[in-house]
Amino acid sequence: MAQIKVPVVRNILQANERLAAENRRKFDDAGIYVLNLMSSPGAGKTSLLEKTIEGLAGRIGIAVIEGDLQSSYDAERIQSKGIQAVQINTDGGCHLDGNMIQIALDSLDLSEVDLLIIENVGNLVCPAEFNLGEHDKVMVLSVAEGDDKPLKYPLMFQICSVLLVNKIDLLPYTDCDMNKIRERARQLNANQKIFEISCRTGEGFAPWLSWIEEKVSGHKKLQRAKN
Amino acid sequence: MPQVCIGEKSDERAAVHELSIAESLLGILVEEARNHGIIRIRKVKLQIGELAAVVPESLAFCFELVSRDTIAQGSEIEVENVRIIAQCLRCDKSFEVEEQVFLCPECGGADIELISGRELCVSSIEGETGE
Ligand SMILES: Nc1nc2c(ncn2[C@@H]2O[C@H](COP(=O)(O)OP(=O)(O)OP(=O)(O)O)[C@@H](O)[C@H]2O)c(=O)[nH]1
Ligand SMILES: [Mg+2]
Ligand SMILES: [Zn+2]
Repeated sequence: MAQIKVPVVRNILQANERLAAENRRKFDDAGIYVLNLMSSPGAGKTSLLEKTIEGLAGRIGIAVIEGDLQSSYDAERIQSKGIQAVQINTDGGCHLDGNMIQIALDSLDLSEVDLLIIENVGNLVCPAEFNLGEHDKVMVLSVAEGDDKPLKYPLMFQICSVLLVNKIDLLPYTDCDMNKIRERARQLNANQKIFEISCRTGEGFAPWLSWIEEKVSGHKKLQRAKN
Repeated sequence: MPQVCIGEKSDERAAVHELSIAESLLGILVEEARNHGIIRIRKVKLQIGELAAVVPESLAFCFELVSRDTIAQGSEIEVENVRIIAQCLRCDKSFEVEEQVFLCPECGGADIELISGRELCVSSIEGETGE
C-alpha cells in the first residue's frame, strides 16, 4: 500500500455555485430581477414584503419564494395580497440553497413576473455562504436587535448591497444608536445603500420603492440589449 | 398552495450550515480520491477565509458525522486560516483588513476588491492507494 498526497484546489461550495449560476441564467433569460432577502428571525422580512407589494402593485409583476424552517404561514400572508408565492420548508435547515430555488421555480409561472423576491430563512450567518442566483442581496436589521450587529455578522454586511433598518418607529424605546449602525456599516461596506424604514407606519418606504423600480427597469433594459 | 419540503431524513436535521458544507466536502473528497486511486483518506487540508461564515470546529464535528462508514472516516482535518486581504480600486494599494474596516488605509477609498478571506476550499488530500 502506498501513501500519496495530492493537491486539489476545489471550492467546497462549487456544487451550489453551479446551481446558482443556472438559476441566474434562467432569471436573466426571463428578464426577471431577483433579490435575496435576509435577516435574523422576526426583523421584519415578511412585513417588508407585504408593504413593498402594496407599494408596487399594478406597476411591477411580483412573485415571492418563502423559505422557512416549518409552516407555510409567511407564504399565505403573501398570497392574501394576490401575489404568487411558493413556500420552501427547509425542515430544520438554516438556509436556502440553489437547489431549493430550482425546485421552487418549477411551481412558479414566471411569464408575468418582473421581480422575484426570495425571503431566506431567518438567520444572519448561514445564508451568507449560499448564493441562490440573485442579482442583489438585501438585509433587514431591526433597531430592536441593537447597533452592535454589524460587528457580529461582518460577512452579511459585506455582501449585501442594501441594508434596510426596520422598526424605526421603536427607536424612542430602544438604546439603538442609528449613527453607530451607519458608521459600522460604512466601514464594512461603504457602497451599501441604507434605508431607514418602518413597516408599521410606512415611514421611509418611498426611496426604497424607487430603488427597486430603478433596478427592475435597469435590468430589463440590460437584458433586452443583450438579446 | 405549492409547497416544497427539503430534507426527508429527520436525523440529518441541524440548525447549522456546517452540516451541508461537510456533506459537500465529503462529496468532493470521495470524487477526488477515486480520481487518484486513493482507497483510504487519512488527512485533508482545508483553507478557510477569516471572513467565511464557518466555524472550523463545527465543520470538523459535522464532517466526523457525515464521513462515518466512508473512505474518509477518521481522517484528520487540518485548517489553514486565510487572512482578509483587499485591494483599493482607486490607488491600487493592497492591505490586510483589520478590525473589520474595509476602507483603504492609504486613500480612504471605499471601492475595494476582496483578494482573499472568503475561502472555503480543499487544498490537498492524503491517503493510501490500493497498490
Ligand atoms: N413596531 C414594529 N413592528 C414591526 C415592524 N415590522 C415588523 N414588525 C413586527 O415584527 C414581527 C415580525 O415581523 P415579520 O415580518 O414576521 O418578520 P420576519 O423577518 O419575516 O420573521 P421570520 O420569517 O419569522 O424570520 C411582527 O409582529 C411584525 O408585526 C415595524 O416596522 N415596527
Ligand atoms: Mg417571515
Ligand atoms: Zn486607496
